[in-house]
Amino acid sequence: MAVYSTNEFKNGLKLMIDGDPCSIVDLDFVKPGKGQAFTRVKYRNLKTGRVNERTYKSGETLEGADVMDTEMQYLYNDGEFWHFMLPETFEQYMVPESALGDATQWLKGQETCIVTLWNDAPLSVTPPNFVELVITETDPGVRGDTSGGGGKPATLETGAVVRVPLFVDQGETIKVDTRSGEYVSRVKT
Amino acid sequence: MKSVPDVSLDWRPSAPLENLRARAALLARIRGFFAARGVLEVETPALAGAAVTDPHLASLRSCYTGPGFPGGLLLYLQTSPEFAMKRLLAAGSGPIYQLGKAYRDGEAGRRHNPEFTLLEWYRPGFDLSALMDEVEALTAEVLGLTRRCERVSYRDLFRRSLGIDPFETSVEALRDCARRRGLARSAELPLSGPDAWLDLLLTHFIEPGLGVGTPCFVHDYPPSQAALARLRPGAAPPVAERFELYIGGMEIANGYYELGDPVEQRARFVHDRERRRRDGLPDVAPDERLLDALTHGLPDCAGVALGVDRLVMAALGAKSIGEVVAFPLDKA
Repeated sequence: MAVYSTNEFKNGLKLMIDGDPCSIVDLDFVKPGKGQAFTRVKYRNLKTGRVNERTYKSGETLEGADVMDTEMQYLYNDGEFWHFMLPETFEQYMVPESALGDATQWLKGQETCIVTLWNDAPLSVTPPNFVELVITETDPGVRGDTSGGGGKPATLETGAVVRVPLFVDQGETIKVDTRSGEYVSRVKT
Repeated sequence: MKSVPDVSLDWRPSAPLENLRARAALLARIRGFFAARGVLEVETPALAGAAVTDPHLASLRSCYTGPGFPGGLLLYLQTSPEFAMKRLLAAGSGPIYQLGKAYRDGEAGRRHNPEFTLLEWYRPGFDLSALMDEVEALTAEVLGLTRRCERVSYRDLFRRSLGIDPFETSVEALRDCARRRGLARSAELPLSGPDAWLDLLLTHFIEPGLGVGTPCFVHDYPPSQAALARLRPGAAPPVAERFELYIGGMEIANGYYELGDPVEQRARFVHDRERRRRDGLPDVAPDERLLDALTHGLPDCAGVALGVDRLVMAALGAKSIGEVVAFPLDKA
């Protein structure tokens, strides 16, 4: 595995910290004019999602983490594992629900997701930025109200609940931004 | 339809043009300040055959090839104009200042760029306190400050901020202080000695709040951090006659009551070179012309180097040096 010195650190670099794969999210160079140089790193633990801070003496080295973002298609879940497939090779990966986190509420099948692999084992799943889902439950629409002000909760076919404008009805398909969990628009079907 | 060529936006300056106008105005005020006080503006070489020996400073190297030097001449880009300006002082220049570029290898970040603008000036007849007064007057004028700067000794700063005495504390105690303050992996951090730990504590736990609201001078440093400052005779514990100015949590300026003793200066060069050898850093020969100038005689004087980019950052409330420099390293 590659070894990286502090001079090679940059945002997004994957490193092993305390035995866990981590990703640098922020870094800074700190040095008194006539003193010791330090590299301060904020990193996300890719297993727990937590962000922590570390200080390294400039010139220290860390082992890289064999972490790869891979595009895979979501197939189905069997109640315990979520099954994904590499489209080129049809190779399948079983992902425990814990690794999906919030991603579960946006997936119904066929979506192309980013599956992050560490030593070829799934670490996390990032859903597509936008998904189109059917509203299965919401209060009746208010005709003529196209202002979008106020809004109401709507349950989607995957179980996710998002706020939608008052004029949107049950049975309609809507586009949602999975990064913010916000309604984007109605989709004509 | 005309196709739009795919042009990268990387050519654009990182600093807004209004910041560059504010920067130009600040440089003009600095020159005005010194003109009014009769301090002579000088220019010394950016490229010189001698370099600083301080193990914490790395010089960029370049090579001149041409008339006189067919085989190439190693030239160091100067990390500060200190040595050359002291030669001018020894030659009888009187008070002098220089506003120009300085260069340091290995330094890039939110507050660092390998090429930066340094204001350095020397005042024969001034002691440390008189020079702090002048630094205060300059910063008040260019930043429009009305409040007096705070002054605190290095020792009192550590006592009041961290409850430790920086002059009489072991590496273990300093490491323990960092751990109690929440520093992760304090046990594994491979720092060489007490000074590196003091630097860590200062940068991580004191500096962020230092000079916020009211600029703050820190003075009277441990002798091990004297650099080119004199040691105060008779002081117990011994202290280096050095100060630093902090504004808004940023180190802005570093001043000394200048060491003029050539024997002591040579001893510090030797000490630095031993340290460099131990740490596996490139060797740097002592500047013999500086030593000769000191032997001839440096007038008693105080001198200070002030980071102009950071002063502009403080004036504009900028968070990154790229907001006040048109083309920092990643766009240079």
